[in-house]
Amino acid sequence: MTAPVTSERAATNRTRRDPAEVPAGLPRWAYLPAVVGGLFVVLPLVAMGTRVDWSNYWGLVTSESARAALVLSLQTATASTLLCLVLGIPMALVLARGRFPGQHLLRSLVLVPLVLPPVVGGVALLSTFGRRGLLGESMEVLGLQIAFSTTAVVLAQSFVALPFLVVSLEGALRTGGERYDVVAASLGASPTTVLRRVTLPLVWPGLVSGTVLAFARALGEFGATITFAGSLQGVTRTLPLEVYLQRETDPDAAVALSLLLVAVAVVVIAATSRRGAGGAVR
Amino acid sequence: MTFTLTATVPSRGLDVRLDVAEGRTLALLGPNGAGKSTALGLAAGTLRPHDGEITLDGRALAGARDGRRTAWVPTHRRRVALLAQDPMLFPHLSVRENIAFGPRAQGTGRREAAARADRWLAEIGLTDLADRRPAALSGGQAQRVAIARSLAAAPRLLLLDEPMAALDVDVTPALRQTLQHLLAEQTTILATHDVLDALLLADEVAVVDGGRVVERGPTAEVLSRPRSAFAASIAGLNLLSGTWTSEGVATAGGEVVHGHGAPDVALGTPMTAVCRPAAVAVHLDPPHGSPRNTFRATVRSLAPHGDLVRVRTDRLAADVTPGSVAELGLAPGREVWLAVKAAEVDVYPV
Repeated sequence: MTAPVTSERAATNRTRRDPAEVPAGLPRWAYLPAVVGGLFVVLPLVAMGTRVDWSNYWGLVTSESARAALVLSLQTATASTLLCLVLGIPMALVLARGRFPGQHLLRSLVLVPLVLPPVVGGVALLSTFGRRGLLGESMEVLGLQIAFSTTAVVLAQSFVALPFLVVSLEGALRTGGERYDVVAASLGASPTTVLRRVTLPLVWPGLVSGTVLAFARALGEFGATITFAGSLQGVTRTLPLEVYLQRETDPDAAVALSLLLVAVAVVVIAATSRRGAGGAVR
Repeated sequence: MTFTLTATVPSRGLDVRLDVAEGRTLALLGPNGAGKSTALGLAAGTLRPHDGEITLDGRALAGARDGRRTAWVPTHRRRVALLAQDPMLFPHLSVRENIAFGPRAQGTGRREAAARADRWLAEIGLTDLADRRPAALSGGQAQRVAIARSLAAAPRLLLLDEPMAALDVDVTPALRQTLQHLLAEQTTILATHDVLDALLLADEVAVVDGGRVVERGPTAEVLSRPRSAFAASIAGLNLLSGTWTSEGVATAGGEVVHGHGAPDVALGTPMTAVCRPAAVAVHLDPPHGSPRNTFRATVRSLAPHGDLVRVRTDRLAADVTPGSVAELGLAPGREVWLAVKAAEVDVYPV
């Protein structure tokens, strides 16, 4: 009678834990490898922190080449995240809701960039958009040259980041199911209205986490970028490329810039995960 | 006829013909898996017929001949609202926004839609809850809001799929009363396996079994003279008519039947008290103890009814175990006392 509808309560309380609950299926020995695993992730970051030359930090991260790389990285990662959203949301919708032959195959193909070595992705992009590539040749005729430009950086980042968005959004759409969509349609809402007012708000947490993952992946992209876009300062040399380059000549600068990347990643994840959680109970 | 449906769906073993006249309520009565939800899915536009035609106000909603589509109107253009067991309120919208969803989606302005939602909230008596999130509602409140949301979309046909099934028995009488009031002018198809829903809400009943309509007609007729096995097995509810007094339902015979809950009706309103035969206990001596409704009665007949024995008397029918029949020595002509707990008796205005 006064019990709230349980499925909705489960959804909003998902992250809260009742301290009275006793966990089942958690053997005590699991804590040991779990702690080792945690240390394995955290320790290298701490170690890197101890190697930072704090007295010169500001100078190292504001050098001309560092600033150019940071600005380029943020710009390209933002652009490719937007591209991923524009292409990825419809892709996830079609994969989760559509019914057509070859759907299974398409779902597997979308995942390919996820398991492909990024360098191979770069080679693949080069054979598509490069000067002698599949599309590159005809684009050359139109005066469009993509390889080794900032556009190439965005394409390389989008190529590797897109599956992250599609997979997490498609998962959220499948878990949510179509029942709310049917109710909304029966109330007279057109498919576009259903998408805008029901489907997307309900998968908001999945969309946010997918976007964060895609942004983080784009920000860290290295292999495909250096293969397809090269390493020109201010044009295609993003922060990870700059770190790799500096590692040879100025290890202190490399460590300082690495820390900057860690900081950017932490800020992005903290900011959006809080907003994502808010979206779930909005 | 406002709504007609003639359709086969071989993949679901369905072959039915239904129609509903303007402002009437048709109950699809049948066991789980009989094809009731499939029939509603055809009307709502979530399923396609393999063969047949579905029309609303003379407009073809769907048509097919041997699997080839001849007509199709998508769900959102049908003006057919669907309400399922679960209220399915949009969790990210407030109660008011949920009810305003239909009008908004159909192009009504924000302010007008909100005003309409508020009128519906007043109608269902939940004005105080307008700004709540669905998660903060009880099951009964949520289902009321869901009904208001469906009706606010001004559907030409309302589909109710077991609207009471997911609710506590404590709140179903109140919800039935709300529906009774709200469905008076609304063309509705109600799928249910509960004969009470059919009895109190529907003008006509179609008994569905094995994907086919096995019996149909005015509710009272089907339930009082059931011809199909399913209708017979579910009919046989005990009904006691009378008028509402401060004590309970006073019957013409001078007895007062105590029911469960207090319906919000004026004294003197004609009422029906309903209880299931399984809730009737049979005693040889006047029963004592908790407040009960007791009736003196004479056994008329005994007949097997599933694992139980249905004891028909000149008053009420009772379902008892074969062991009790033997223990009490029940036989036609035997004088007995029948007892029913007030909590097992639902009372409704008629």
